[in-house]
Amino acid sequence: MEWLDKRSGYAFLLPAVLVILCLSLFPLVLSLYISLVRLQFVKSGIQLTFVGFDNYAKLLVGIDHIHFLGDQAPPSALTWIVFGLVAASQVYLFTRYLRNGRTTPAGVVGRGIVVVGLSALAYLAVTTLAPGGRPGTLMVTLIYVFVDITIQYLLGLGLAMLCIQHLPGQRFFRVVFLLPMMITPVGVAYMFRMLTDTIIGPLLPIWSALGLVNTSWVTNAWSSRAAVMIGDIWQWTPFMFVVLLAALESQSIEPLEAALVDGANQWQIFWEITLPEILPVSTTVILIRMIEAFKIVDLPNVLTNGGPGTATESLTLHAYTIWRALDIGGSAAVAYMLLITSTFFCMAFANLVRQRYVQG
Amino acid sequence: MPPMFKRRLSLFSPGPVGTIFAMIALIIWALVVLFPLYWIFITSFKLPIDVFSGPFYVPFLDFKPNLDAWKYILVGDLQRDTFRPYLSTIVVSTSSTILALVFGSAAAYALTRFTYRPKLGAVGIFIGCLLLVIAAVSLGVPWLLAVVVGLVLFFILLQTVARRFKRSLGNNDIAFWMITQRILPPVAVVIPIYIFFQRLGMLDTWPALIITYVAANMPIVVWLMRDYFQTVPIELEECAAIDGASRYRTFWSIVLPLSMPGLVATFLFVLVFAWNEYLFALFLTSANAQTLPLTVAAQNATRGPQWWYMSVLILIMILPVIGMAIALERYIARGLLVGAVKG
Repeated sequence: MEWLDKRSGYAFLLPAVLVILCLSLFPLVLSLYISLVRLQFVKSGIQLTFVGFDNYAKLLVGIDHIHFLGDQAPPSALTWIVFGLVAASQVYLFTRYLRNGRTTPAGVVGRGIVVVGLSALAYLAVTTLAPGGRPGTLMVTLIYVFVDITIQYLLGLGLAMLCIQHLPGQRFFRVVFLLPMMITPVGVAYMFRMLTDTIIGPLLPIWSALGLVNTSWVTNAWSSRAAVMIGDIWQWTPFMFVVLLAALESQSIEPLEAALVDGANQWQIFWEITLPEILPVSTTVILIRMIEAFKIVDLPNVLTNGGPGTATESLTLHAYTIWRALDIGGSAAVAYMLLITSTFFCMAFANLVRQRYVQG
Repeated sequence: MPPMFKRRLSLFSPGPVGTIFAMIALIIWALVVLFPLYWIFITSFKLPIDVFSGPFYVPFLDFKPNLDAWKYILVGDLQRDTFRPYLSTIVVSTSSTILALVFGSAAAYALTRFTYRPKLGAVGIFIGCLLLVIAAVSLGVPWLLAVVVGLVLFFILLQTVARRFKRSLGNNDIAFWMITQRILPPVAVVIPIYIFFQRLGMLDTWPALIITYVAANMPIVVWLMRDYFQTVPIELEECAAIDGASRYRTFWSIVLPLSMPGLVATFLFVLVFAWNEYLFALFLTSANAQTLPLTVAAQNATRGPQWWYMSVLILIMILPVIGMAIALERYIARGLLVGAVKG
């Protein structure tokens, strides 16, 4: 017993470490290996052929690059201008960091990676989103993540600001606003399939008023992407709302009172006092949502089946369709690209944005 | 509501015009949230003809509600196909949530109360051995042999080379490592997990799903509970230690009860994730251990969407979690906030 008690430090930690080692780390390393082979199911089990970076090359330059990266329109003057602005702002921020005197080797390398990565993605964005181009699954996933999170945050913050007022029925609204978060994404997808139906859906009066009867949401690339995003926003705004509301409620009241006494208006109070106070929480909820949003799969799979074509396919869905076609190595390569992308954005956000507002 | 809000601050008591605008905005969003739910609710009482002959909104007025779909799903042809996944979902999600909570909060507690100093060298040697084993297996060495050789090599190097490295990692590094596991997209690990369970003959069973969900959701538990345990005063534990309670007893009968609000919020949060999980279930199950999200999703594949049956399925699937969410609403905000503030 005493022996066991002395080692309680290990007893507490070890199960968790083992679970993560066995089911996250080993699979992750194995997955990297699988992405480098061609895996075939044969009678006696599994047959592996080492192919090096072929699976990745296929995605980046080979036959799958239109599916993954998208169809790039020939760059026009406008795309060069947009790209130039993004790249220039990156380089500006980077040089400002180099000059501020508190540079560390890790900081320089990290920021260098961010500059290169963001510029490359910006180039991809301007060429595939320009007329004539067609975004691939990588860009579609990024669009989902960034559009969804921006709208969810703004809506969630607005609703939280409203719910903190002394209004009748407060408690009712709080509970109702929470509900979508609990509903399975597959269910949400079906709900929005019904709602976006322009023939038998409940919004028929609106469609006929707009003259859109018999035009389907899911035959046009952008409107089906919009349908997926609306579903995601509907589902995850509650998460932002609930945490931001709790943050607003726990803000200290003295500065607010003092500001009121000094004659500040609501707008000034929001910008000068409330917003800075909830920024740490804001960056955290955005980070949490970012981590989860990159994994989006159920909504596009059920709502639009990834189509029309591959217009609404997210990276996870892309990996799944390749897996179903039994190209296991290719699927692992797509999954790894997703892992790299999401780690890149989450780490960049955590280290460059969130660090400024959160201590400890 | 925190006590300070009992004091009415004029900032939070808008004038009549402000009240009206705020109420309108809130009611609009409430409608946005509730209308889809209302729509699947009434669709579940419709006959196919009521669905296809155009939108009907009000039961009894527009169409005659009918229990056909409910009967079909719950007592009719589909009974077996409904209850089996329902049972799977309940068993898998509750047991995986409880296990994740036990392992995760134990680890979170350990990370706030003990000091760990794993040697950087040891970790590096471990990773090196792991890579060697994988390389060996991929080159055709039998995996059992490779693992044994790898382990032996690891211990030999640990006793000799590792002692030369003085730098070590701390608690924060371990916590960071665990939490960042959540960034990992399920699709990046699901293939090896699939092969792993296939080798063990455990595909399409409850334990396979439970183990996978524990691993997937434990990082959330560690994240939220670590911050919660930091707010639990350490003095009580010291008293218990002086009275001769073991670490395990202290944890079980003092720390856990004190952290109930955090545990409840975390439980609900993880339960919802497990209850709604789609991707792992899609890969790892087929008929036996299929969970509800798959049953719902599969309604599409066979004969085109059967809205009325689907609505029933979605409703019976979301009712338990929604009931729990309404009952525990208070805890959710609080539990999530602690994690979010301290991060």
